Amino acid sequence: MRFHGLRHAATLCIVAACAASPAAAKVISVSATTPDANEKLQEALILAAPGDTVQLGAGVWKLTDGLSLDVANVTVRGAGAGEGGSILDFTGQQGAGEGLLVTSDDVFLTEFAVLNTRGDGIKSKGADRIVYHKLRVEWTAGPKETNGAYGIYPVESSDVLIDSVFVRGASDAGIYVGQSKNIVVRDSIATENVAGIEIENSYDADVHDNIATKNTGGILVFDLPSLPMQGGHNVRVFENIVNDNSTPNFAPKGNIVASVPTGTGVLVMANRNVEIFDNVFADNSTANVMIVGYRYEHKDPKYQPLPKQIVVRGNQHGKAGYAPKFPGGDMIAAAMGGSIPPVLWDGAGDAIVLDKVGVLSLNLPDVKTPQSEAKPAPADLSKGTPPAALPTIKLPESMEAKVK
Amino acid sequence: MKRVLAALGAALLCASGGAALVAPAVDQALVESDAMPAKLSAFGLFRGNDPKTPSTGIGYTLRAPLFSDYTDKHRFVSIPAGKKAKVGSDGVIEFPVGTVLVKSFGWSDVNDGRPVETRLLIRRASGWTALPYIWDADGKDATLALGGRRVPVAFKSPDGEAHSIRYAVPNKNQCKECHSLGGEIVPIGPKARNFILDPAASDKLRSLYFENPAGLKPSMPQWDDPKSGSVADRARAYLDVNCAHCHNPAGSASNSGLFLRWTDDPAGVNYGIGKRPTAAGRGSGGMEFAIAPGEPDHSFLIYRLESTDPGIAMPEVGRSTVHREGAALLRQWIAEMPKASH
Repeated sequence: MRFHGLRHAATLCIVAACAASPAAAKVISVSATTPDANEKLQEALILAAPGDTVQLGAGVWKLTDGLSLDVANVTVRGAGAGEGGSILDFTGQQGAGEGLLVTSDDVFLTEFAVLNTRGDGIKSKGADRIVYHKLRVEWTAGPKETNGAYGIYPVESSDVLIDSVFVRGASDAGIYVGQSKNIVVRDSIATENVAGIEIENSYDADVHDNIATKNTGGILVFDLPSLPMQGGHNVRVFENIVNDNSTPNFAPKGNIVASVPTGTGVLVMANRNVEIFDNVFADNSTANVMIVGYRYEHKDPKYQPLPKQIVVRGNQHGKAGYAPKFPGGDMIAAAMGGSIPPVLWDGAGDAIVLDKVGVLSLNLPDVKTPQSEAKPAPADLSKGTPPAALPTIKLPESMEAKVK
Repeated sequence: MKRVLAALGAALLCASGGAALVAPAVDQALVESDAMPAKLSAFGLFRGNDPKTPSTGIGYTLRAPLFSDYTDKHRFVSIPAGKKAKVGSDGVIEFPVGTVLVKSFGWSDVNDGRPVETRLLIRRASGWTALPYIWDADGKDATLALGGRRVPVAFKSPDGEAHSIRYAVPNKNQCKECHSLGGEIVPIGPKARNFILDPAASDKLRSLYFENPAGLKPSMPQWDDPKSGSVADRARAYLDVNCAHCHNPAGSASNSGLFLRWTDDPAGVNYGIGKRPTAAGRGSGGMEFAIAPGEPDHSFLIYRLESTDPGIAMPEVGRSTVHREGAALLRQWIAEMPKASH
């Protein structure tokens, strides 16, 4: 396993100093201690021209209103995401659905923290080629139902890079990528969220070299009905550490993640062509890998509720399945000698599991059949021919250059 | 000859706004430039810079206005001389370059009824631009507030309840969040079905500014007038104006899949009936559906309208107060729907 985060940490200072910038580009510095800092920072984000950098001073920014950026090719750079860095503290937030909203292309967000927003942390919508890098989004009191939903939240975008971020406490997903294409989430840490990392209604994603720990569910790959973009497919989840996802589910009821059982490692729902490989799993009390259909009532004739062509291979499996938190799970575990196998499938759609571990099927191939009619039994999913391996996601060079 | 030149000089001074004694004119060159002047007076939109007396243009109101913390809104449109707005066959009003939509916000019991802020929506060659101005303490001019601001105000709503809020003047980007369609800024209210020209305006004045003023047919129900439509129709008009500027397939809330335009199918799941939360977070309030027919208390659309918590409240910007009367109409609409069979 390789962890870019550590490698980056060693070389970052040198590379950042050499980064070339266009001749006309300017740096707009804003200080945390400016009177009306909220308004001044927002003004800077409005007046920035393409190519400019908005430099956030070090210190704790006490902000009451959400910020937004709608100018293309702007860098927002702080003095660091940790103690002593640039800390955007939204504890006293009075307005806006998120801490920072980006709606323009080619934006680079780096080296700052967003804390305790009332809604989402950082959202980008229709913002192509966005780079989230070395950021921290955190609800500092830890898991609470009153925390905001998403920490890092790109949606409706093409080319998304999330690199070396830390997200904690989101009452939905720490890192959530929705209705987007060509996505890389890497070298990041998601802890004590309901979902650590979630890829939803999206195409072509690589989720790798992350640590998802102490969430309710570590990494989720979902597809939901009645949304403008659906039919999620081509997602690779590899070389992550997904362990001890043991936080009791604290999502507000009604949200789809409120149904994620505590102790879930990777959960795939209603996607096609998902590869889960070379991950290290341990201490996920429900299952290390769960593959299910969308089993709720819906009225969307175009929606495809089954997981299809899911491949699980080459993963290391530590202890799992010892306290399965789905209805009837404890009884099944008791009947199987105290724990269920590390891979759990509801029996809908199809999957290939090449890992040398047991698979429990609930034998519910029709998503309309209620879960109460489950007929749990071990299943052998190692026999089929896996589909051709998915290609590595390649992002535009301009994006990779920003984090080199 | 000298006298002629002097007169010419005076006329030039007037045109440039240098003399306050003569009738002011809108600085059309400034309007059509890329400038964002620090002071509202620079545009010459008002006589004596009194926000209640436009120097040119024509006043209008809307059948269904957007709720903004019970503010009274004074609206007018300034259209450059010799140009005219045109009502399209789809009801969208096409304004010529150089048009300014001017909207002043205030309360009758705040600052003696003087507005707190004036927002401009300017049609420039490059598209619409939104500029927010906050009136100075002396009420003589207003200052550009690109970054928005919180202004503490105390007022009474029509039901007599006293409110003390930190009213949010939106920043320039927030103007766009609501006024955005496919990434471009567009006016929200001025559509033929919603647009009412000042009834006192003569036919001559109407024809001066509109190519086809007869095309303005304000047909949408008035949300608070039961005579203007059924509960369902008035609820839909309310949703159209208060929500659909974001909740449409090209708006800021496109990813939610909740679409609330007057033209959307009110029986469809994308209108919210039986629709599960998407990215709602705490906004779901522990409920399963945006609209649960017959059950307003189990419909999180109502929950979000009745909240002022920034992680829950809808709309996300422009509201620090609950619009009780609007919420009551939507409650009645949902309560009267036949309960779903599930």
